[in-house]
Amino acid sequence: MSNFLLYMRRLVLELFEGGWRYFAWTLLLALLSLAGLNAYCKQFVHGLVTTGMTDQVSWGLYIANFTFLVGLAAAAVMLVIPVYVYKDETLHDVVIFGELLAVAAIVMCLLFVTVDLGRPERFWHMIPGIGKLNWPGSMLSWDVIVLNGYLLLNIYICAYLVYMKYLGREPVRALYIPFVFLAIVWAISIHTVTAFLYVGLGGRPFWNSAIVAPRFLASAFTSGPGFIILTLQLIRRYMHYHFPDAVLLRLRSIVQVSMILNVFLFVCEVFKEFYIETAHVASAKYLFFGLHGQHGLVPWIWTALAMNLAALSLLILPVSRSLKYLNLACALAIGGIWIEKGMGLVIPAFIPSPLGEVVEYLPTLNETLICLGIWAFGLLLYTLFLKVTVPVLKGKIRFDGNAPLKAIQ
Amino acid sequence: MADEKLPAGRPYFHPEGTEASGITRREFLGVAAVGLAAATAAALSPLRQLADFPTLEDWLRKHYTELTPRDKEAIFERIRAQVEKDYGVRPNLTDQPPLDGVMFAYALNIGRCVGCRRCVYACVNENNQSRDPQIQYIRVLKMKKGSIDVETAEHYYEGEVPDPDHYYMPVQCNQCRNPPCVKVCPVKATWPEKDGVVVVDYNWCIGCRYCEAACPYWARRFNFKKPGLPKEELNPNMGYLSNRPREKGVMEKCHFCLQRTRAGRYPACVEVCPTGSRKFGNILDPDSEISNIIRTKRVYVLKEEVGTNPKFYYYFNV
Repeated sequence: MSNFLLYMRRLVLELFEGGWRYFAWTLLLALLSLAGLNAYCKQFVHGLVTTGMTDQVSWGLYIANFTFLVGLAAAAVMLVIPVYVYKDETLHDVVIFGELLAVAAIVMCLLFVTVDLGRPERFWHMIPGIGKLNWPGSMLSWDVIVLNGYLLLNIYICAYLVYMKYLGREPVRALYIPFVFLAIVWAISIHTVTAFLYVGLGGRPFWNSAIVAPRFLASAFTSGPGFIILTLQLIRRYMHYHFPDAVLLRLRSIVQVSMILNVFLFVCEVFKEFYIETAHVASAKYLFFGLHGQHGLVPWIWTALAMNLAALSLLILPVSRSLKYLNLACALAIGGIWIEKGMGLVIPAFIPSPLGEVVEYLPTLNETLICLGIWAFGLLLYTLFLKVTVPVLKGKIRFDGNAPLKAIQ
Repeated sequence: MADEKLPAGRPYFHPEGTEASGITRREFLGVAAVGLAAATAAALSPLRQLADFPTLEDWLRKHYTELTPRDKEAIFERIRAQVEKDYGVRPNLTDQPPLDGVMFAYALNIGRCVGCRRCVYACVNENNQSRDPQIQYIRVLKMKKGSIDVETAEHYYEGEVPDPDHYYMPVQCNQCRNPPCVKVCPVKATWPEKDGVVVVDYNWCIGCRYCEAACPYWARRFNFKKPGLPKEELNPNMGYLSNRPREKGVMEKCHFCLQRTRAGRYPACVEVCPTGSRKFGNILDPDSEISNIIRTKRVYVLKEEVGTNPKFYYYFNV
């Protein structure tokens, strides 16, 4: 036990160690998080009237970001599967970074759901046993369970592997392999359940489509590994954690295939909506062309489409074997998918309203600050996770059995 | 490692910062910590304006269906005192149980409605909805004759009614037999009562608005801010599951005026309708007017295809 406390202490001390870049970056993120906290306090006092949401468009940026981030969290599985299922060792040294990203992303998801609540202090009503969780009826209750479960699984796997590395011991397979495989299934489930949250609403034809879950997974497996490609290079450059370019190129092939599927499923959906032109096409019409003179999302969705197509072209061409173009493709894919899955999926379903009213949604500054704050907080968490994990992986922080106390005093 | 060779007592001392700026890392971190603490305090400062934070007793209040008669009496007494404090009137707060052998249903004669919207305002007055912002449970659509597309309906029409080129379609909660709002609620804060009325426990709702997204009839309303209800407009006859004053951040909806209908009266919208287009009653009673209408008139429901099976019918007189 004292070994573990010593380990924790060394990790905490490591957080206060670093160059000016590290401090500038974490300070910036901390200040942005505080700006978000301040905006949230205002919302908590005055109510959700501080957002741009209405009875017509009753979910907005919070749920949009939540949906995107569930995908980012689920994407860790795209590193886990090659390593643990196919025994492909290329990604072995970086798989932990995907799992840490999943932890940070799930924390962001939980924050985005919490800030969306009108009565956040009543969160305990959702706790099974003391509250009244509507399981298995409500898909939201499934989401509460799978998201928290995924968070715990990833925290456990990361913490166990990093601690074993610190102790210089070989991890006991029975203590983590079952959890890794459980986490694979679980990762698919978090994004499927989140899709079912939308699919399960018969009164919202834009969402009530079986293709939503596959589309969610395809887009998640594009944007997630894309995000990891970018962060891995930052880790390599600024934290001096070395790995060959082959790692990035292996991830490239994952992003490539996922992006092709993503665009294909998108085309399937567009065909179904527009070729038949039933009354159900109204939301899609609003999204792509505007409806009854309202065009709020039109520039956004075409930008997203352009970004996705540009990313697809780069990814299937050999140019993206060069990191410069690969990074560009990943950035485009992340941006495109963030728009498409966030605003492009959540908001049009409310427009027109079930009674045919076209009321547009525009987020307020306060709402935007809260979103920025949560993103900053999530990135701060991820930075701190990396800050303590990388030195352990590199052997810089390791258990010194002979003189544990001397090491730090 | 380089750090571990440093003199004891300052293991994480970093030489870079010291020489350049003349401050030690420890001092820098100290200043940063104080600064961040101050910034956090500033960030939290809006909370000082918080006026409606629940008391511990209210925060821990159990779900309506788990309250004992004694819990209820204590809670009702607290609500009475609060209403008296806020509005200067001691309310007649009741909690009428559903009547045996009663299933409420509604029928609206679409051929007779003239679109005067007296029902909309009678509902607001009866049910203590927020006036600022105004929350209405009934939406009257002004439809072009010959059109059944709600997208072309006018929601905010003005001027004289009825307009000869239009007909009017009021929409409110359909009190579905298979209510999607109840199915999706993550905390069971909304449920159908034995008499078929879907109610909300305003003290259990967490305000996630999933029910609002699920409702195909746009019948549910959210309190985006503290309801603004002037003292002189309060209706002191109130029910616990129906029209008692609501709070910020919770859902509400049409409940067929439970405080009236369970005491043998008509809902406010039925009573006020000048054309007699609105009919209400017990469908379990074969001799009731509502049963007669459903049996003998041409009756339809909205959005039959979504499988909600409403107890709110439209009919016409031919």
